[in-house]
Amino acid sequence: MAKYLLLKHYRGAPAPVNDVCMDQWTPEEISAHMKYMHDFAARLEKTGEFVDGQALAPEGTWVRYDGEGRPPVTDGPFAETKDLIAGWMVIDVDSYERAVELAGELSAAPGAGGKPIHEWLELRPFLSAQPTITE
Amino acid sequence: MNGALLRSLTPGVLAVLVRRGADFAAAEDAVQDALVEAVRSWPADPPRDAKGWLVTVAWRKFLDARRADTARRRREDLVDQEPEPGPAPAADDTLQLYFLCAHPSLTPSSAVALTLRAVGGLTTRQIARAYLVPEATMAQRISRAKRTVSGVRLDRPGDVATVLRVLYLVFNEGYSGDIDLAAEAIRLTRQLAAVIDHPEVAGLLALMLLHHARRAARTAPDGSLVPLAEQDRTQWDTGAITEGVAILQAALARDRLGEFQAQAAIAALHADAPRAEETDWVQIVEWYDELAGLTGSPVVRLNRAVAVGEADGPRAGLAALAELDESLPRHAAVAAYLHERDGDLTAAARLYAEAAHKAPNLAERDYLTRQAARLNARR
Repeated sequence: MAKYLLLKHYRGAPAPVNDVCMDQWTPEEISAHMKYMHDFAARLEKTGEFVDGQALAPEGTWVRYDGEGRPPVTDGPFAETKDLIAGWMVIDVDSYERAVELAGELSAAPGAGGKPIHEWLELRPFLSAQPTITE
Repeated sequence: MNGALLRSLTPGVLAVLVRRGADFAAAEDAVQDALVEAVRSWPADPPRDAKGWLVTVAWRKFLDARRADTARRRREDLVDQEPEPGPAPAADDTLQLYFLCAHPSLTPSSAVALTLRAVGGLTTRQIARAYLVPEATMAQRISRAKRTVSGVRLDRPGDVATVLRVLYLVFNEGYSGDIDLAAEAIRLTRQLAAVIDHPEVAGLLALMLLHHARRAARTAPDGSLVPLAEQDRTQWDTGAITEGVAILQAALARDRLGEFQAQAAIAALHADAPRAEETDWVQIVEWYDELAGLTGSPVVRLNRAVAVGEADGPRAGLAALAELDESLPRHAAVAAYLHERDGDLTAAARLYAEAAHKAPNLAERDYLTRQAARLNARR
């Protein structure tokens, strides 16, 4: 089994195909979207492939050490222009192919007009020790 | 072996040791040792007085630990020479423990963790799970808190308001996993109310019961938020409401109003309405005025603007809102609601979207996004 981190990019990645701001959807479309994601996580819990997931607040700050005795540098309140990660999920799957399959499925969550939003997901494997063969 | 019995006795035993002068951390170790002893020997030889048995064994364990520590031999002698304490009502011990766990030298998160550990008798693992942090992290937080209060001698009563704030923090954490922190907070506040006669303790207990009574109706089966006006009132726990109202009325009758009593009064007025339209908003505004006078809190005045909007119409609500700083949490959400009621759907939709952007949790974000979408779809 190998763990993968799925990062849900809403900004900073190429624009998704069905790129309509959520407050322009109908309430039913939002509910369908939420239900899809919820059902997806619930199904992975049943298969034992779900590890953890959280939604993130829209504001993030880049911080950098700027030398002894000086306050850290931050990138200031210019949130519109930068990468936005709306949430993350960690899965634990048998193969890379399975991770890609699941990420693709999550990316197909329904959006405006009930059509998939084709959301960009970044798939990052966790570093881990090689399995040791004992016998 | 009755685990619930042991858990209910633990804080009292710990309190006795601390009152006799045992260091907090050492006292806790000794009580843990005594509990292990109890699990081993009680099934074959049940004690007549469970708490007395635990106190005796824990005190002996504490002294043993002291003796083993040669560097502390002198202090041990001093402890030995101290006369046995006279009988004291058990109530005072528990109360002291509450004050110690909510000591002002602790940060709020440390005070919460220590209270759940020492007064609540929860295991470190249970507390860690409830707060979704690793067990080692919580163990560190608790041992740091113990070190902070280890030198504290409680020779005069602590501040009840601090204890109440800690319990309210626990209540507001809600629950996750196997520990329901809201129920735990109610249990502890009930216990506190039994040992101290204070109208604000009663006020907080009433407030918790009245909020908790609505819990089943507050979320839909899919986890989404159901606003107060749309809740299925038949799902409200009428037993908890009746008890909360009775406790509140007894507290109010003593004429020493405090913020928790005022908040409970507002919750009681909501609970009292058979249908949302029958809510007594005029009286609710009056209670918000009291509450604003007691706390000076801008958040209270924000809630008051909502109540004014219901009692005197959305224009009056917006006027009350105009006096408040826009950076307040949920300011945009309140503005959106009042604008919608006033018929300005464009402004309301924009403000709902803005409020969703700032929402502190997922359920609220989804709810506000849906509100924006609903208005945008209608235009």
